Amino acid sequence: MTRYDAPTHWQSRYDHYIGGEYVKPQGGAYFENPTPVTGQTFTEVARGTAPDVEKALDAAHGAADAWGRTSVAERALILNRIADRMQENLESLAIAESWENGKPVRETLAADIPLAIDHFRYFAGAIRAQEGSLGELDDDTVAYHFHEPLGVVGQIIPWNFPILMATWKLAPALAAGNAVVLKPAEQTPASIHYWLSLVADLLPPGVLNIVNGFGVEAGKPLASSARVAKVAFTGETTTGRLIMQYASENIKPVTLELGGKSPNIFFDDVSAASDDFLDKALEGFTMFALNQGEVCTCPSRALIQQGHYSDFLAAGVARTEQIVQGHPLDTDTMIGAQASNDQLEKILSYLDIGRKEGAKVLTGGSRADLGGELSGGYYVEPTIFEGDNSMRIFQEEIFGPVVSVTSFADLDDAVKIANDTLYGLGAGVWSRDMNTAYRAGRAIQAGRVWTNCYHAYPAHAAFGGYKQSGIGRENHKMMLEHYQQTKNLLVSYSTKKLGFF
Amino acid sequence: MPVVSVTPAAAELIRSLRGRHGPLMFHQSGGCCDGSAPMCFPAGEFRTGSSDVLLASLAVDGVTEPVEFWMSKSQWELWKHTTLTVDVVPGRGSGFSLEAPEGVRFLIRSHLAP
Repeated sequence: MTRYDAPTHWQSRYDHYIGGEYVKPQGGAYFENPTPVTGQTFTEVARGTAPDVEKALDAAHGAADAWGRTSVAERALILNRIADRMQENLESLAIAESWENGKPVRETLAADIPLAIDHFRYFAGAIRAQEGSLGELDDDTVAYHFHEPLGVVGQIIPWNFPILMATWKLAPALAAGNAVVLKPAEQTPASIHYWLSLVADLLPPGVLNIVNGFGVEAGKPLASSARVAKVAFTGETTTGRLIMQYASENIKPVTLELGGKSPNIFFDDVSAASDDFLDKALEGFTMFALNQGEVCTCPSRALIQQGHYSDFLAAGVARTEQIVQGHPLDTDTMIGAQASNDQLEKILSYLDIGRKEGAKVLTGGSRADLGGELSGGYYVEPTIFEGDNSMRIFQEEIFGPVVSVTSFADLDDAVKIANDTLYGLGAGVWSRDMNTAYRAGRAIQAGRVWTNCYHAYPAHAAFGGYKQSGIGRENHKMMLEHYQQTKNLLVSYSTKKLGFF
Repeated sequence: MPVVSVTPAAAELIRSLRGRHGPLMFHQSGGCCDGSAPMCFPAGEFRTGSSDVLLASLAVDGVTEPVEFWMSKSQWELWKHTTLTVDVVPGRGSGFSLEAPEGVRFLIRSHLAP
């Protein structure tokens, strides 16, 4: 076990990063940034407004053309160098991310930061290997298709994986040759600036600009600007619709990742033997507590087949009760703090309505007071509800360490319950029978069906939503095209006129 | 009990936001991050349409006009056995909701409909 000290590498204040330098907010205001670990403020952050966004857009437009013309070899090299710097500073990045978000450092050390590093490397490789196409339409006519950058794009980052989610958006956008204006979440603006302190010298000024602030004050002017060629957003449905609405005013594309209510389905044969696979499946059940449940694909509905329902659920409760909750900077800690007080309050409100609707609490069900300095932090016990899919705790994203469990009869029943949701981002299917797993996976209306695994996010596996879960596929080279225009040169090599006129 | 009600603390915040931003509206959000929480906008900022349902026109003391509370129809289908109370808690907020910079966040508390 290692217990890291609270990070001390923060600046006391973070301004906006515009045109390759830190710039004070034009409104002069700052807001406090607390750590959810203790609830105490550790730095303050510039409160951006429309003039700051305009200044960042000026810088991005000044840099976009040269960056878009920079060879893919050079752009890829820069992304790889960013990855190298992150690798050299993995531990300090992981600690910063944990302190900022409240998540356990064992996750940031093993998942968040290594995944972010690999993501930069993946898009460095993908852009090198990307090719346009040509179609030989007839002997004299050729259609060439070129990928061109969009120009300047706006990106609004969520708070649940501040560095990794920024990377999911930045890596493809930069690889594709765009300049970026990025707004971090107001709950977690600081760790991205710590990351920037490690890599800022690698990027030409203006290619990456960061404007901090609140959604209504900084996000809205960015999302509604006619000067961005595209907006990428991860968050919730109402803001997603609002961003589409703003984009419609300027006829700009958007990519949106808006969450889900992911089913995690356990067929009877999972319990056919007491072996490694069963152990893995039980860990898969317990994945609802990963990142305190603050994952868009949190497996927040567990569907367990009737034949092994009681035994599997009892084992799942026991596994959940072994989760170690504690100081996020302790490497033994498995679950840390929720990211903010309002997030904590929202989770508690769902624990309340779950009980009122008659769902049974099998374990957890309350706020956790971990004592000492952690008493001011935002901790929730991992909670298992047993109930019916029509209950609100089965239909709404709680974004906390809460799973709602119900049973199913057979494959058709499982698929029916799984698809009885407004969302379609993730799903899990567990079975020793790959025919069953395949049939279920194809029938579930979700963009990602983990099959005999869960919560893996490797680069080169497309991630995105069906239904109300959003538009676009991140994490895969196809995301490059969400940051590119297609230029068609339709070329005639004939010297003869058509003969119309 | 009305479908949507407002706690005294939320009413106070609505009055204050009304003073600064003009007439207001709510749209209940779903989905991840800051979802499952009510978003407060200047009235008309969020374009409602045939996929939405107007749940309430809230009368708030000190606010001249009613404050409309909207939700998407598909979401309301799943919520309609409950009644909602708009409350406010300290927090960082997010989305584009107007109160977030104040260090507070609107929150929904739910009850079973009688």
